[in-house]
Amino acid sequence: MAESWELVFMNGVEGFMYPNEIELHWSVLIVLYPFITGLVAGAFILASLERVFRVEAVKPTYRLALLTALSFLIVAPLPLQLHLGHPERSPEMYFTPHSTSAMAMFGYVYLWYLMAVLVFEIWLDYRRDIVLLAQRSRGLLRLVYRVMTLGSDNISPHSLHIDERVGWIVTLVGIPSAFMLHGYVGFIFGSIKANPWWSSPLMPVVFIFSAMVSGIACVMVLYMATTRLRHKQIDMRCVDTIAMYLFYTFIIDFSLEMLDLIHRIYEADESFRSLDFMVHSKLYFSHIVVQIILGTLTPLILLAITQVVKLNEVVRKRMYAIAGTLTLIGIFAMRWNVVIGGQLFSKSFLGYTTYKMTLVTREGLLVAIVLTILPIGILWVLIKLLPPWPGEDLPASSGERKPIEAAAD
Amino acid sequence: MNGFRDYAHLLRFAALFVIAFLIFWAIRGFVVPPSFGKYGHYRAAALSEIAAHPLHHAGHAACESCHTDIQSTKASGKHASVNCEACHGPQAQHAADPSIDPGKPDTAVLCARCHAVSAARPRSFPQVNIADHSSGVPCQTCHQPHSPEIGATPAGGAK
Amino acid sequence: MNLSRRQILVLLPAAAVAWKYVLADSPQSAPNYNMSDHWWGMLIDIPKCIGCGNCVRACKAENDVPDGFFRTWVERYHVTDGNMTNPEVISPDGGKEGFPAVTEDAGKYFYVPKLCNHCADSPCTQVCPVGATFVSPDGVVLVDPKYCLGCAYCVQACPYGCRYIHPEKKVADKCTLCYHRITKGLTTACCESCPTGARQLVDLKNPKDPIHAFLKTHSVQVLKPQMATGAKVYYNDLDGSVR
Repeated sequence: MAESWELVFMNGVEGFMYPNEIELHWSVLIVLYPFITGLVAGAFILASLERVFRVEAVKPTYRLALLTALSFLIVAPLPLQLHLGHPERSPEMYFTPHSTSAMAMFGYVYLWYLMAVLVFEIWLDYRRDIVLLAQRSRGLLRLVYRVMTLGSDNISPHSLHIDERVGWIVTLVGIPSAFMLHGYVGFIFGSIKANPWWSSPLMPVVFIFSAMVSGIACVMVLYMATTRLRHKQIDMRCVDTIAMYLFYTFIIDFSLEMLDLIHRIYEADESFRSLDFMVHSKLYFSHIVVQIILGTLTPLILLAITQVVKLNEVVRKRMYAIAGTLTLIGIFAMRWNVVIGGQLFSKSFLGYTTYKMTLVTREGLLVAIVLTILPIGILWVLIKLLPPWPGEDLPASSGERKPIEAAAD
Repeated sequence: MNGFRDYAHLLRFAALFVIAFLIFWAIRGFVVPPSFGKYGHYRAAALSEIAAHPLHHAGHAACESCHTDIQSTKASGKHASVNCEACHGPQAQHAADPSIDPGKPDTAVLCARCHAVSAARPRSFPQVNIADHSSGVPCQTCHQPHSPEIGATPAGGAK
Repeated sequence: MNLSRRQILVLLPAAAVAWKYVLADSPQSAPNYNMSDHWWGMLIDIPKCIGCGNCVRACKAENDVPDGFFRTWVERYHVTDGNMTNPEVISPDGGKEGFPAVTEDAGKYFYVPKLCNHCADSPCTQVCPVGATFVSPDGVVLVDPKYCLGCAYCVQACPYGCRYIHPEKKVADKCTLCYHRITKGLTTACCESCPTGARQLVDLKNPKDPIHAFLKTHSVQVLKPQMATGAKVYYNDLDGSVR
């Protein structure tokens, strides 16, 4: 019987694992959750660029970014609920949250972000349209819009001006809220001293920046795709600006991840040999090939070229589309490598196990795919309900004064 | 008055929050278990529920309260510190109702678990190569399990 | 466990009293049990462990531990001059049916039984989002199976790998230090079934506990002391290569 470092393949285990470590407890759904909240936070930050930092160029994507954030936020709790052994007990996190647990924050941070930031901001920005749509619709749709008006049909210029001011404050508050929504996820991993792959003060920061990268890339790709589908012209000034922000945010994200890597290699603590071997064997494809080469270096190079070399519109659009898509794949791979990678090696640093992803179970690949597509479906419904397209503002109803005329009084 | 009308919709939105919070607080009063928080951030009733788990091992004191003869045999032999259920397995059922048959351990498997020779065991621990030592003869043929040293006087014990 | 006559005279009546409650199937702990009088831990005496696997089997029988998961397990280490920092370790089915015999004698071999360390500053209770796992007033880390969500955060936070999610109950599960036994004056199932006395329950608050004297006169260590978990399972003669 082989007892040495020769590969002993039993249950997919090489070397030695503590007996309870052999089966992974956090599955692909737990990979999906930070990916989704990352998209939410990133999309919101892009929207805030226009609202708070007055970057006019990205205005065409403002409403689309908010609706995208909402679509993903609605889906966000689903992978968690499907993972829990007792999802019916999840309200306990609201009734008796444990103040020392980062995970206990989830319920409240989520609810705050959903209601006091995202829904509030969307409502304030769309309120005029909602009232007008309520007046023009029939049947069930009319009921839906009427409910959304909360019974108020006041769209006087002064009330809309108030909405604008309050919305600005909400966006301002929303920026640190977005950081909280995703930063605490990073802290959930970063605060676990038992796991050296996760334990790092950099973890929340890396998560936030990779979230911004994925969110910006997502909105950029969605804007380009939906504009194409509607047979309209893509606003190049808009996507050029978004791509620029994507590029610089990506540089910061990449630097942070390099810092973590260099620090690990230099200090070479007791976990280093085990983790290094894992990255070069079990995580080679997902980490080196997908996350680093395809998902980080390639988009960075493509974006850098567009920033430095003058290229024509068609080429730029293609490069943005490719870079954006590769970025999204790369950030997903990063979440995979953190969550799954952190469970593949033994805490004894003497062995490795295998993640046997199932296909049609509650936590299987099929569910993960459905949960990734579901937000797109929800976005489609939201777009139908609350059209986000710029330059297609609903015409004023008779008797409604334009805001400019009102302000002149 | 016109000014208030223009703020009114915001108050309606805020009202949603207030109503939701009141409903939440009311539900919380019913749902949080009464013993929660008594000793710390957990349900204190869990302590007695866990302590009420049924016993499967009786504990050697229970065995010795009836099997005094075996106990005196054991106490003077090499297995003095080996508790009864280490070999006989969980016997809480038998201790509660002695008519339940405690079963007989299979010495072919049992003795080897401890005494089969292995360089991994402490050198001072008594161990033999079972095949060479007994050539398939059951252990209790020569060794009385409750006082296994050859030559020790058995005073009762394994039937 | 070597009992002197005096100890038997003390233990037998105590056992008889405790047994009365056992027989009555009482849901309460023994009436004399006061949580604040106790602070539980365990001593594992490495030179005494022979790798028989009795403890793993007894625990499984006592606590209905599901197959493939372990509330306690035994690891066998093989350390040679060439691999001081990377020992060969095996734990076939947790050591439940013992270990395969070793014939060649190069290097040193020893067995390391492991279980929940019932940490005083336990990282697993720190991360539980709802308060389903906790340190009891008498120092035992327990899981409330009626409150646990099964999120597995505690499983990730344990540095020792002693937790798992119960495949049927879908809640976190682990060694309870046989809480249902120690509150009735009995010892844990693993200590009861250990033939060599390598595992001993210790009440760190009881000055008359004989293990106190042992802890004061021997070199004892805890696993992963750098994690500062306040582990209360002490190992005598623990080799530096143990992970």
